[in-house]
Amino acid sequence: MKPTDINDPSYFHKVVDCQWACPAHTPVPEYIRLIAEKRYTDAYMINWYSNVFPGILGRTCDRPCEPACRRGRIDEQPVAICRLKRVAADYKSDISKHLPIIPKKKNGKHIALIGAGPAALTVAADLLPLGYEITLFEKDGVAGGAMRTQIPRFRLPVEVLEEELSYVIDLGINCRFGEEITSMRDLLAEGFDAIFVGTGAPLGKHVELPGFEEARDNIHTGIEWLANIAFEHVSSIGKKVLVLGGGNTAMDCCRTSRRIGGEEVTVVVRSGFDEMKASAWEIEDAMNEDIPILNFHVPKRYICEDGKLVAMEFEKVRKEYDKNGKRLLIPTGEDPVILPCDDVLCAIGQENSLPWVERDLGIEFDQWELPILNKLTFQTTHERVFFGGDAAFGPDNIISAVAHGHDVAVSIHLICTEQDINDRPDPITSLASQKMGIHQWSYDNDISNDVRYIVPHAEKDKTLHDVNMEVELGFDEALALKETMRCLNCDVQTVFTDQLCIECDACVDVCPTDCITFTANGKESDLRSSLMAPAENQDQDIYVSGPLNTGRVMAKNEDLCLHCGLCAERCPTNAWDMRKYLFDTAKASA
Amino acid sequence: MSYISKPKFQHPQLETNELGLTRRDYEGSFTTLCAGCGHDSISAAIIQATAEMSLQPHRVAKISGIGCSSKIPAYFLSKSHSFNSVHGRMPSVATGANLANKELHYLGISGDGDSASIGLGQFCHIVRRRINMLYIIANNGTYGLTKGQLSATADLGSKTKFGEESRFDNIDMATLAIELGASFVARSFSGDKKQLIPLIQAGLTHKGFAFIDIVSPCVTFNNTDASAQGYKNTWENYVSLSEIDFVPMREEITTSYDAGKEKEITLHDGSVIRLHKTGMNYDPYDKENALHHINQHKKHGKIATGLLYINQSTSDYHELQDTADKPFNTLTQHDLCPGSEVMSDINDTFR
Repeated sequence: MKPTDINDPSYFHKVVDCQWACPAHTPVPEYIRLIAEKRYTDAYMINWYSNVFPGILGRTCDRPCEPACRRGRIDEQPVAICRLKRVAADYKSDISKHLPIIPKKKNGKHIALIGAGPAALTVAADLLPLGYEITLFEKDGVAGGAMRTQIPRFRLPVEVLEEELSYVIDLGINCRFGEEITSMRDLLAEGFDAIFVGTGAPLGKHVELPGFEEARDNIHTGIEWLANIAFEHVSSIGKKVLVLGGGNTAMDCCRTSRRIGGEEVTVVVRSGFDEMKASAWEIEDAMNEDIPILNFHVPKRYICEDGKLVAMEFEKVRKEYDKNGKRLLIPTGEDPVILPCDDVLCAIGQENSLPWVERDLGIEFDQWELPILNKLTFQTTHERVFFGGDAAFGPDNIISAVAHGHDVAVSIHLICTEQDINDRPDPITSLASQKMGIHQWSYDNDISNDVRYIVPHAEKDKTLHDVNMEVELGFDEALALKETMRCLNCDVQTVFTDQLCIECDACVDVCPTDCITFTANGKESDLRSSLMAPAENQDQDIYVSGPLNTGRVMAKNEDLCLHCGLCAERCPTNAWDMRKYLFDTAKASA
Repeated sequence: MSYISKPKFQHPQLETNELGLTRRDYEGSFTTLCAGCGHDSISAAIIQATAEMSLQPHRVAKISGIGCSSKIPAYFLSKSHSFNSVHGRMPSVATGANLANKELHYLGISGDGDSASIGLGQFCHIVRRRINMLYIIANNGTYGLTKGQLSATADLGSKTKFGEESRFDNIDMATLAIELGASFVARSFSGDKKQLIPLIQAGLTHKGFAFIDIVSPCVTFNNTDASAQGYKNTWENYVSLSEIDFVPMREEITTSYDAGKEKEITLHDGSVIRLHKTGMNYDPYDKENALHHINQHKKHGKIATGLLYINQSTSDYHELQDTADKPFNTLTQHDLCPGSEVMSDINDTFR
């Protein structure tokens, strides 16, 4: 293998698994260390600049960081990253003086944002400090988008939502709330320098089966029903509720139903339990609230009596794979299953709704009625129109919408300053030694052996009777500190200088997870199998040095490195050093 | 020394041996030696060697003298018996222990100061007495613990870090061991675990006195370009007489044996040392040849390493002394004081 180019900004970035996995590339270990130091406000602001909604995301994020967390590969469970983010939000002090300063003198460019969800608010937060004038259109009377309408209050209290929305809105946005845009043509005519569409995917899908029309009044689409709960248009449901679908919306629907009158709430999914799209922790929370989940049940028809829904019929199926490896659901031939119900909530998917974008404006759409976008710039085929969030590529999550927002802001800034939109600014990186003394580092390398701490919950008897009462109580400071000590500090990189190495093997001998090997160089596949311990995880790189005095190379498997720094402590020549790698994605406002 | 202990986390696919233990179970406490010390690599090699052999840690006794080298039993096999004895007197303690219980694996750890200076007399006698043990010298040519004076194994002309030149010829411990009757003599380098680990395994399995002289650089006091036992010189000048593999007795020997390229040495318990011949076609059974090779290499500034000499036909101390079949420490009062009937039988023989 060729020597690893550690100057490539993505090399060490990839080692920080959590940050690499985060769509917004939040510097996770950095803020976790700040939480350990009780510097909650600083930890919060690192999050704010990366993901804009730390308090909201600390409760609701899909947490792609956690399955990626290296701790999960050497221990049973990853670090509770998401819950630590919430700790920063819960314990911070006044952040107003840390927010960006918005220039009084504007730069003369005026941007329209449609839909006051996470994507548009991120665009605003990035462009306002540069002097842009921002007008934000929202069909509802309040901001928040999906964060308000689709996430129940028992997961995200309204105060937390309002607080974080206001940080952005109060930077100085012209809000035109309650104003639904009905024509892109008209909006273009208003002469905005750029238009961003972040209208989400607000249309729920129905399960249309025999009996649907007759039972219509008691069949609801999940997201619209959740929005009605959020706006308090709906406050009750029947005693027996069936929720169709296995995603996070289904989990929110069933748990909400339990709180507003649903006594027997059942989730029914077509495929297997392990194929459910919902996050594991949301499934767990639902099951803890006595909600059974029936799998391999395919809905067949709605059964009505006297014009009213009374039950649904399901066919039992089993899973098989055809010779191409495609999964098939084969009927088992058992008797159909009849489940009595008063209401059915369909949470089987959602779609965007863009009938107001005329198709003759130069904004092209694909066969799925999604706009054709440049994946890097989020620009449509119309130079001044951008999409982001769920409206761009279909339903995803809040953190992805935020990531889109940052990229869109860069794009808008580039076109408004007449630069090449494809020439994206480089990330801001730094790599600094953490050495304080022979055996002292400026980070805590004595990681805890503790298993993941569980977030305390409010009493179930109480939460099940109040749709607005938050279930998770969050870590207190003591628990949070213990959980921070589980973080491996993967951003503190092991940096190897081959000219200094005397090949004494001290690093090899001390490494707790057998990451380091001195060996003859070879092809990557050969090296992977010839290391001290095999490097089978192909997603993780091998760090290879240049040739050493004996002609061998140092090959380090990044996969299981604990970043404990013992290789550097035991290195007599400082050939190893522990250096903190900070990576910040390029932002328009940076 | 490091302020933290070595994290407990380990590679999830770390192999377990026949006892269900991983290499990590054979570790000791965290080293307090200087960073980069060759002795730490020797500890690591012992850990790897004993784990691979599935040695039961409580059937091993580690005995050492005084010096940096003699500290290392603390850093491996924390579940084994251990005795950190008096300077240069490890052989006496090892002899005593071996007499008391001949069934343990004895691992003596010493250094060039402990064995070639203050303990040279003791060394000579333990070799001569053929105690069944593996005796390891971590040889760095310097007195590290007293801040870097030349030791008796420093080559003529070798210089300390402070510029002092050795005016005396060195004592070659491997040559001495061969001449005094050791039946397994090897030399290795702490940096070459591929060679060192099978040598340790073979040495622990060999019945009789096994000796390995290990060049183990002292990074702090003896690692300059002018130090013969420094990393640079050793990497440049060590010559492997034959590449070695150790196949434990219980493993089925599957790879084919090629007499033209390999030499197999079957040990008393059925384990096999397999030597892959290098250009030299070295014969480790020939004592004179071994001494010749060591000297010839030395003459050219080279260090001959590998299995230098082996003789499986000698007897160990217990056989020579015709001691009891059972280990002494298991003899009961009845064994030792068998009663008046036996006494009268004995008396009868004198009548």
